[in-house]
Amino acid sequence: MAIEADGKTIETDEEGYLTDLSSWTEGAAKVLAAQDEIELTDSHWEVITFLRDYYNEYQIAPAVRVLTKAIGKKLGKDKGNSKYLYELFPYGPAKQACRFAGLPKPTGCV
Amino acid sequence: MEDEVIKKFLYVNRKAPYGTIYALESLEVVLIGAAFDQDVSLAFIDDGVYQLKKNQQTSVSSGIGVKDFSKTYRALEGYDVEKLYVDKKSMEERGLSEDDFLVDVQVFDEAQMAELMEQQDVVLSF
Amino acid sequence: MLHTVNKSPFDKNSLENCLRFARKGHSILLFEDGIYGALKGTRFETLIAEGLKSSTIYVLVPDLEARGMRMDNVIDGVKATDYAGFVDLSAENKTVQAWL
Repeated sequence: MAIEADGKTIETDEEGYLTDLSSWTEGAAKVLAAQDEIELTDSHWEVITFLRDYYNEYQIAPAVRVLTKAIGKKLGKDKGNSKYLYELFPYGPAKQACRFAGLPKPTGCV
Repeated sequence: MEDEVIKKFLYVNRKAPYGTIYALESLEVVLIGAAFDQDVSLAFIDDGVYQLKKNQQTSVSSGIGVKDFSKTYRALEGYDVEKLYVDKKSMEERGLSEDDFLVDVQVFDEAQMAELMEQQDVVLSF
Repeated sequence: MLHTVNKSPFDKNSLENCLRFARKGHSILLFEDGIYGALKGTRFETLIAEGLKSSTIYVLVPDLEARGMRMDNVIDGVKATDYAGFVDLSAENKTVQAWL
C-alpha cells in the first residue's frame, strides 16, 4: 500500500504505518489524518512532534501508558491524561498518533 | 484488577548485542511485559554486560545499518523498569567499569546475584 | 532453584558461570551438549567436584548415550536422570535459570 503526499509516493504497510520512517513528511501526516477524517490542529502536532522526538531519543514508539505519563511531564497535567489524548486521537493515542508520526506500531500493541 | 498478584520477574541477559538476536528479543519482551505491572529486574552477566556499553554507533550511513536499540535501555525508566544489575566479575574481566554504561546500574557480586535469582517467581534467560 | 546447562563447556562458559552462581541446595541439570561437562578426565572435572559439595548435579542420560557415553564415564556423585526426572526437577523448583 502507499499514500500520495507532497508529490511523492510513500509506502505503508497493510495497517497504514509507514514502512520507511525516514520517508515521513508533515504532508504525509496530514494525508494519514485525512484518511481517518481528522484535521490536524496545533494540539495534534504537539503530540506528533513529541512522539517523533521520543522515537529519536529511545528508538521505540512508547506504550500508551508511558506516552500519557511523559506527555504530562513535558506538556502539563491537563494534557497528560487519556481523556485529552483520546479526544485528539480517537483510535488510541499510541496507535493512531504513532501512525501519523510515521513511527512503527508501539511494541506490545495488538 | 484488585486481586491481581504481582510477581517478581528477572530477565537474565548473557549475550552481546547485534551478533545474535537474544539482546533485542529480551528487550522487546521486557517492554511488552512492562504493561502488566509486575516487579521486573534485569541482570547482565557474561557478554550481556556489553549490551549497556555507551556510544554504540549503528547508523545506516556509516555503520552496520541496524537500529541502535541501546538507546531503548534509557526508556526503561519510563516503563517503571528501574532495577538493573550488572555482574561484577563479568564487568571487570571485560575491562569495563560503571562509567562505561549508558544507564545507572547496581553492580552485584556473586552472592548478591544468586540471592536476587532465588527471590524471583519467574526467571527468563536470554 | 534449578539451573540448566545445555552447552559444551569447551565451547561456552555456561557451565563455569552456572557454578559461579549456584548456591547450597540448588540443583544443576546438564543436558544436550552440556553433558560433556559431567565427564571424567576433562579439565572441568575439579570444577564439577567443587560444585558437588554444595549442589546436586544431574546428567540427562538420553543425551549422554546419544553422544556415545555411559554413566561409567560420568564423574562420581553426578546423578543420572531421564526426561521424566527433568520434568520433576522443573516442577519441584520454583525458578529455573537456563544457562544458554
